[in-house]
Amino acid sequence: MLLEVRDLHVEFHTRDGVAKAVNGVNYSVDAGETLAVLGESGSGKSVTAQAVMGILDIPPGKISAGEILFQGQDLLKLKEEERRKVRGAKMAMIFQDALSSLNPVISVGDQLGEMFQVHKGMSRKDSKAKAIELMDRVRIPAAKERVGQYPHQFSGGMRQRIMIAMALALEPELIIADEPTTALDVTVQAQVMDLLAELQRELNMGLILITHDLGVVADVADKIAVMYAGRIVEQAPVHEIYKAPAHPYTRGLLDSIPRLDQKGQELYAIKGLPPNLLAIPPGCAFNPRCPMAQDVCRTDEPPLYDVTESPVPRASACHFWKECLHG
Amino acid sequence: MGRYVIRRLLQMIPVFFGATLLIFLMVNVMGDPIAGLCGDRQCDPATAAQLEKEFGLDKPVWQQYLTYMGNVFTGDFGTAFNGQPVTELMASAFPVTIRLTIVAILFEIVIGISLGVVTGLKRGRPVDTTVLLLTLVVLSVPTFVTGLLVQLLLGVKWGWIKPAVSPEATFSELIVPGLVLASVSLAYVTRLTRTSIAENKRADYVRTAVAKGLPRHRVISRHLLRNSLIPVVTFIGADIGALMGGAIVTERIFNIHGVGYQLYQGIVRQNTQTVVGFVTILVLIFLLANLLVDLLYAVLDPRIRYA
Amino acid sequence: MPEPEPFEPLESYGEEGRAIASTGAGGASDLATAEAETLEQRPSVDAAEEAAGGPEGAGPDKKARSLWSDAWHDLRRNPVFIISGLIILFLVVISIWPSLIASGDPLDCDLSKAQEGSQPGHPFGFNGQGCDVYTRTVYGARTSVSVGVLATLGVAILGSILGGLAGFFGGAWDGFLSRITDVFFAIPVVLGGLVLLSVVTSSTVWPVIGFMVLLGWPQISRIARGSVITAKQHDYVQAARALGASNSRMMLRHITPNAVAPVIVVATIALGTYISLEATLSYLGVGLKPPTVSWGIDISSASPYIRNAPHMLLWPAGALAITVLAFIMLGDAVRDALDPKLR
Repeated sequence: MLLEVRDLHVEFHTRDGVAKAVNGVNYSVDAGETLAVLGESGSGKSVTAQAVMGILDIPPGKISAGEILFQGQDLLKLKEEERRKVRGAKMAMIFQDALSSLNPVISVGDQLGEMFQVHKGMSRKDSKAKAIELMDRVRIPAAKERVGQYPHQFSGGMRQRIMIAMALALEPELIIADEPTTALDVTVQAQVMDLLAELQRELNMGLILITHDLGVVADVADKIAVMYAGRIVEQAPVHEIYKAPAHPYTRGLLDSIPRLDQKGQELYAIKGLPPNLLAIPPGCAFNPRCPMAQDVCRTDEPPLYDVTESPVPRASACHFWKECLHG
Repeated sequence: MGRYVIRRLLQMIPVFFGATLLIFLMVNVMGDPIAGLCGDRQCDPATAAQLEKEFGLDKPVWQQYLTYMGNVFTGDFGTAFNGQPVTELMASAFPVTIRLTIVAILFEIVIGISLGVVTGLKRGRPVDTTVLLLTLVVLSVPTFVTGLLVQLLLGVKWGWIKPAVSPEATFSELIVPGLVLASVSLAYVTRLTRTSIAENKRADYVRTAVAKGLPRHRVISRHLLRNSLIPVVTFIGADIGALMGGAIVTERIFNIHGVGYQLYQGIVRQNTQTVVGFVTILVLIFLLANLLVDLLYAVLDPRIRYA
Repeated sequence: MPEPEPFEPLESYGEEGRAIASTGAGGASDLATAEAETLEQRPSVDAAEEAAGGPEGAGPDKKARSLWSDAWHDLRRNPVFIISGLIILFLVVISIWPSLIASGDPLDCDLSKAQEGSQPGHPFGFNGQGCDVYTRTVYGARTSVSVGVLATLGVAILGSILGGLAGFFGGAWDGFLSRITDVFFAIPVVLGGLVLLSVVTSSTVWPVIGFMVLLGWPQISRIARGSVITAKQHDYVQAARALGASNSRMMLRHITPNAVAPVIVVATIALGTYISLEATLSYLGVGLKPPTVSWGIDISSASPYIRNAPHMLLWPAGALAITVLAFIMLGDAVRDALDPKLR
């Protein structure tokens, strides 16, 4: 296994109390595999990813428990200097908003070349050639001329390609893409997503794709982890989850996708608001919004039940997963 | 880039004339320019009338201003109360004040920025709180009180420096007065840098730099600092002009014969030519410093360069 | 603030930067100007919060509070605010009723006691004319505080009206006003004070206040202009305009409440500066004149004797510094409370 996150807990110490952002997350990615992590904002999907990358703001953040095994080694036990050498070289991250995530006052070429200078000790000149090569690879036209330009001179799609190029620079084993297409126009979204998927296949990388967009997931993901209030509530292979969700929250998410064959009908929406992380409801965190909630949901926190019915394992954290799966 | 500079230059022209006109009006309307011309004696009416005619003071103010500006552009700044040409006073005063300003600016850059970076990175820690408190103390005590106390302690009580600066006003003599002159701006640069660093520290691109696996010192020096210093550079640049104009107090305390001293003399003796002449040069320096800042801006921030 | 406002054309970036141009007032007023910068940029707050990597969406009840009630909630628990507030309250009380804590007469002096140090009944000693330093320090509060308050009021009213209108209507008036403020920024404040006040013979506080308003308004005007322009770009203001709200209604109901915060912060900090400036002008011999009792006058008249009798200078200077400090801290606390980015 390339990456295994085990029982990860992350909390944020704020003025108003302790926000429990991640509460016992387990997931894993293999080389060449794509894991999609799905959830609303506040579900802890980005925080988990930042913990894996080692870029959480500590404080106020704090990893209170858990292990992050990367190629069999617990990253949380590494010294900061060793951890740094993993970042960028062996695992890389693509952020949502490329305009703010790229340094506005440093040329694109320098920002790309920096990877080679720092991790490989290359000269400025060699790293510039590498930067041009990378820009070609993510199909930025006229890379040679544009290598000296600044982020604000590129279009949104091109900027996201630069982010991808930067992540791929040292051919890492794992890529974490945090909503890589959310900030882009719909037409550009598909291009960027295809490029990412193609490069992933080529380099046989593991990919963690964080998104709230179920449409993106269906095409590229192998398996899906659905997160709610800092926990994984359902984990399953992608085609099975679309066929029959085993958690009412997943069902709600699927039902709220607009579909052409339901034209004229009212669009479904999950009622209520995401939970306040300072005061997560007792029992199942989803119970106040759940249409299937019973008394037991308000008192007992459901474990992650094994609900495997096919060769591929799947799991659901719902007391009534059977009813949900078959109902 | 070229257009940007030209636009800035064009914007300076009305400011230059506006500021000089303003000070010209203030001096002329409020004061009595003739009174200063007869030295310490009272002018008799006949002499006064003759002098008025001679200096064109019977003409409307706007004509006087134009005549004066015309003279200024040919290098004629008029004569000071003691009969010396104002340009001679300038030649002796400006080098002194420029040295004083250089010392002050160096303090601002070296101490101000370093303290700002340290406190910005360690926001909320004891070192941050201590420095922040110190800056507040410096800001809340008027410069002349700071100057008097520094002079009393270092110069009189402990004898580390000479309490008054010699007419040569060498760099080494100007270190303490320069620090006094810089003190308020120094505190301010510290706070500005601190705020800027603390804000940019959370910027997305800094997170990206960390995610790229860059060493901490590289994240700070290459990614964080450059962006954070943009507002600081603006302030320091604009402060050049203000320091030179504000040196009146410091020069008075340490008996430095610079621009502030001459201006003070000019104002006390109601010598219009000295005051307006010096202020004209100060305004010019202020504007040039601002232009320099604008250029530096463009160097630091490509978004300006390619606008 | 490297990110320019999305709606502002890039050239305004230079202008914004210049909003922190030094005024030469002794710097602290520059402090005020630029520290409000962060407040003007409020639209990006949400993005910044998310970027902070904090708990995404810490909860629904947080959003419900308005900016001001949120700030007030913060301030009540901020020791800096409480301490500075209490100091200012105390100053205001003794400005109005100085006899509450000082029984003597500030003008009742005994030359035979000149420069004498502390003694029973006279804790701060005597000044160069043999007046009781304690009494004079207490009575000096009134002048210093009223100069500060009145000058700030004048500057704030004049500056926000001119700047606010310029920001709201834009166009030629805005361009003209921007150049005018540039002109005022080019003249060092202390120098302007020397020139203007050197010929004034009145011994009241009004010339000094008038001068401060005259040279101080561009600072507030720039802030007000900037924050009105920012407020104007908010979606709900655009929506109100689209719905046909009149200009006056938009200004009063939608823009003013949102644009006023930076002005208040800058004005609070500037108030301290004006008190300090009054003292500096007195030191240069052009500020207030006796028989007015003010800290500035006492400090400057004590300055020649600092080697022999430093207490004459230190007490009023200390009172002045504490006052200025209180206003700067108050402004700071209010700014922090209003600026969620720095939490």
